Amino acid sequence: MVIDGREENERELAAVGLTVPRPFEVRAYAKETYDTFTLDLVPADGGPVSFLPGQFNMLYVFGVGEAPISVSGDPAKPDRLVHTIRAVGAVTRALGRLRRGDAIGVRGPFGAGWPVADAEGHDLVIAAGGIGLAPLRPAVYWALAHRPAYGRVVVLYGARTPEDILYPRELERWRSRFDLEVEVTVDRAGTGWLGNVGVVTTLIGRAPFDPRRTVAMICGPEVMMRFTAMEFQKRGVPSPNIHLSMERNMKCGVGLCGHCQWGPHFICRDGPVFALDRIAGLLGKREI
Amino acid sequence: METLESYLAEHPFLKDLPPRHRKLIVGCASNVRFDAGTYIFREGEEADRFFLVRHGRVALEIFAPGRGPFTIQTLREGEILGWSWLIPPFHWHFDARAVDLVRAIALDGKCLRGKCDEDHELGYEILKRFSHVMEENLKATRLQLLDVYGDRR
Repeated sequence: MVIDGREENERELAAVGLTVPRPFEVRAYAKETYDTFTLDLVPADGGPVSFLPGQFNMLYVFGVGEAPISVSGDPAKPDRLVHTIRAVGAVTRALGRLRRGDAIGVRGPFGAGWPVADAEGHDLVIAAGGIGLAPLRPAVYWALAHRPAYGRVVVLYGARTPEDILYPRELERWRSRFDLEVEVTVDRAGTGWLGNVGVVTTLIGRAPFDPRRTVAMICGPEVMMRFTAMEFQKRGVPSPNIHLSMERNMKCGVGLCGHCQWGPHFICRDGPVFALDRIAGLLGKREI
Repeated sequence: METLESYLAEHPFLKDLPPRHRKLIVGCASNVRFDAGTYIFREGEEADRFFLVRHGRVALEIFAPGRGPFTIQTLREGEILGWSWLIPPFHWHFDARAVDLVRAIALDGKCLRGKCDEDHELGYEILKRFSHVMEENLKATRLQLLDVYGDRR
């Protein structure tokens, strides 16, 4: 019996596990930086998981609450979920106290991800700042798994200091590949650091890609994304080819509650990844 | 064999500089190299030249007593090092250290200032290019000051 459209919609969502958390178990905890850690989760029911690069899950710490966290694992590994989390609030700090064997609820995956399929045939430039590398890591995995489909693949990463670099060993591995360009920079460093010093935007001007046939994917603090997008535009990358992952106060994850409304968009449903031309008028607007 | 003039023509900083101007400044130019770890200049010394980096990386450092030296910017191939030669009293404000082997073209500041005074078109071209570098550096510094990556430890 159809009660009304909204109730029917909610039932459908519950049926696929989007409004009711699915129990997972922590398989591993790894400290990444002083305030950032990675949780490796496996479904308690033993079933598969799936997600697209750029999508996020709502992670539920029982008795504490939920937080939206982007998936940072490999989409080709359907037996686990990997989330890298920065401890900044009550829920994320509680997530940081979880250890192997602990239970956790997961809703998702939600949202529109990185346009990895549409980017085929293009140069792919991935620009990340700070923990923004975590939501982009699945896109890098994807690009490497489908490497012949892309032109140049470039990863540009900026962090505050050398100690704040996320996934340093993985960056080193990527850098050693012949089919991937990786540049890392930090905002400040002691003289023991032999790498680049300077903000991540300074890497764009000298990165090897053809702007007319490039898809750029940017994730990091919002102000960093704004300036990074400007640099890509300055190099000549068309706005529809520049994609950003936005963050607002995501709650329900399915576009019902309105907490993450951003102008005409619900970030949890229409985003979190947006092409620049869709949101250019909203970026940097203080009132929304 | 590549000449100094062809190096000047290839360097992004002087890209599209009219050949007439390039010929004027080539007399102020010389090839230089610095081994890894050596200082190219030191804070407070006379800023008598600037460098078009052709190869390698240069760390701009500032020394804070009690805290040691910090790297504030890294420059590399295709970039320019130094603009204090342009602004009185012509002293360097930072230390510049070769991170690895650095090859560059040094341009004599006094010589170039003289040429710019004689030929204002050349002076305007050079100033336009330095203004662009300064603007890029100012933007980057503002972003660095924002400390966008979250709370400090």
